[in-house]
Amino acid sequence: MLYSAIASLTLMGLTLGFFLGLAGRYLKVESNPIVDELESLMPGSQCGQCGFPGCRPAAEAIVEGAAPVTICPPGGRALIEQLAAKLAIDFDLDSIEDKDPAFAQVSEETCIGCTRCFKVCPTDAIMGGPKQIHQVFREACTGCEACIEVCPTECLHMDGVEITLGTWRWPKPALAA
Amino acid sequence: MKLFGFRGGVHPQSNKFTTREKGIKTLPFPDKLYLPVQQHIGAPAAPVVEINDKVLKGQLLAHSQGAISAPIHAPTSGTIVDIDYYTAPHPSGLPVRTIVLKPDGNDTWQQSEGVVNPFKLTTDEIAARVGAAGIVGMGGATFPSAVKLGLGKDNPISTLIINGGECEPYLTCDDLLMQEYGDDVVDGIRIMVHALNAKRALIAIEDNKPGAIQTMTIATHLFSHIKVISVPSLYPMGSEKQMIQMLTGKEIPTGSRSADIGVVVHNVGTAYAVSNAIRKGKTLTSRIVTVGGGAVKNPQNFEVLIGTHVSELFKQCGGFIEEPARILMGGPMMGQILPGTDVPIVKGSSGVIALTKKEIALQKTMPCIRCGSCTDVCPCGLLPLEMANRSRKGDLTGAVDYGLMDCISCGSCAYVCPSHIPLVQYFNFAKGEIASRNIEKQHNDVTRELAEQRKNRLEAEAKAKEEAAAKRKALREAKLKEAEELKQSAKKETVT
Repeated sequence: MLYSAIASLTLMGLTLGFFLGLAGRYLKVESNPIVDELESLMPGSQCGQCGFPGCRPAAEAIVEGAAPVTICPPGGRALIEQLAAKLAIDFDLDSIEDKDPAFAQVSEETCIGCTRCFKVCPTDAIMGGPKQIHQVFREACTGCEACIEVCPTECLHMDGVEITLGTWRWPKPALAA
Repeated sequence: MKLFGFRGGVHPQSNKFTTREKGIKTLPFPDKLYLPVQQHIGAPAAPVVEINDKVLKGQLLAHSQGAISAPIHAPTSGTIVDIDYYTAPHPSGLPVRTIVLKPDGNDTWQQSEGVVNPFKLTTDEIAARVGAAGIVGMGGATFPSAVKLGLGKDNPISTLIINGGECEPYLTCDDLLMQEYGDDVVDGIRIMVHALNAKRALIAIEDNKPGAIQTMTIATHLFSHIKVISVPSLYPMGSEKQMIQMLTGKEIPTGSRSADIGVVVHNVGTAYAVSNAIRKGKTLTSRIVTVGGGAVKNPQNFEVLIGTHVSELFKQCGGFIEEPARILMGGPMMGQILPGTDVPIVKGSSGVIALTKKEIALQKTMPCIRCGSCTDVCPCGLLPLEMANRSRKGDLTGAVDYGLMDCISCGSCAYVCPSHIPLVQYFNFAKGEIASRNIEKQHNDVTRELAEQRKNRLEAEAKAKEEAAAKRKALREAKLKEAEELKQSAKKETVT
């Protein structure tokens, strides 16, 4: 009785261990799949506004719990909601202050056409040629401010998005007293 | 005909008696007309006139841009004095690009030609004429009518419903339009039936408008495919989905349009405008507007040139009895709060309502007692209390799961709530927030793709550079080798 129990348990342990070893070898995951998933949700512009060198390090930090889901400014509320859902964090969206989205804007008076800004733009949102005034495509700008730092004449500045009839939304009704 | 009914609904005090018997009056020419380039759903129109241009009545001022858009025409003859940003008739009070026209007082029409027999025109020809006349849904939705007239090409349309419900309190503009211009409305309906290739048309009128029912019955007695249906007075009867349910018993599935179940709904005002556009070649230059509300001295209906300031209408009604607590464009249930009276009447303005403090009866919001009144009256069969809870908490996905996108914002729930919870306001907030987030998400998708493309491009460039360098190096080495060989062979030769 005793021997059969020992034998069966040993056998079970050995087979399961064998399969686990096999799985460990053949189903090996290169990296944390959750990090991959989070990274695919993030803007991917590697703008560095979060303080991390890129989107992947930021995603890793979020998964480790070292950074909050609110870390990505260009992602906005939509991204926070997606990240919180992915990580199953019950997150109160009300508690976050929205940073108003902003876009880079070129002052035509001071632009010298040095081409430095569009070389650093992570989303190719700036167009121009040498000695020609550059122009920012608002649709493509993430507001990362990378261009502002490299401009030698300080002609780039951030502009808030103007609310128009198309983008105006009803405010939230005041809470019950 | 058998009526099917719809669930829920409320009976607000209609107050239509204040303007019903007074007929449609005209206004003197206002000093200036303010014509926003965005008076419809879709892309704003692009101005084709310049300041100091002289224009005739009905002349094109701004042409439509894109498939869903509508042009703007001169409501009377005069001079363009400004094209700039002016306050929009919208609760936000934000500016909108506006063409300002100073009337010359002659009201000279531009040359226009009508069609003698519109029933020889094809669907596309009718839709093109209606589109060029700038006609949009006159009930307030302001969706370009030409698009809706072309729906018969993709889906077989069995029924055209003409919405004469006018379930909003105070409003009588459709009622009076039917009574005074019944024949033109019926003519417009016949043209629309022809364009849609529909089998029949049903004119649905609430039973609190016996005059309109009588006029329309007489006007349609020659046409067996057009029927006048008296429907019970119940808010929100005039809503497209509820109207269809009442008359056909069919519900529009979530995310579908009425044409998918073979029904198209147009307003009576739209039918009238279509008749004018096709028979007389006249563009949309005026509409009938009800001026009402407890704060107005002498409420009545006017035929108003598009672009007339709301303040002119109140002035013609003898001003206010008391300072209005709220001014609305549209009806009191679903109308938009106006930022002031210096905003223009636009194509979708069915009425301007000045309510007294007593009428709006603002009361303190109390906690929800889960009485279920809102659920009882919801015409869409939703649970407003649950949706409001989630909207308030910011749990938009939860609110959508409870059917937020099926909500028609009719306000019946907020109307009956004993705790005075601003239910419909929560839904409007949540819908706007969802729209904003979708836009944000789209923007993020675009930038992510761009960032990826840039990364690939930079990598490809670096690779190309490397390859070029390697190639150069190989070339250089080959040359060196050649030179070396040459040298050696030369050496050999000298040796031999």
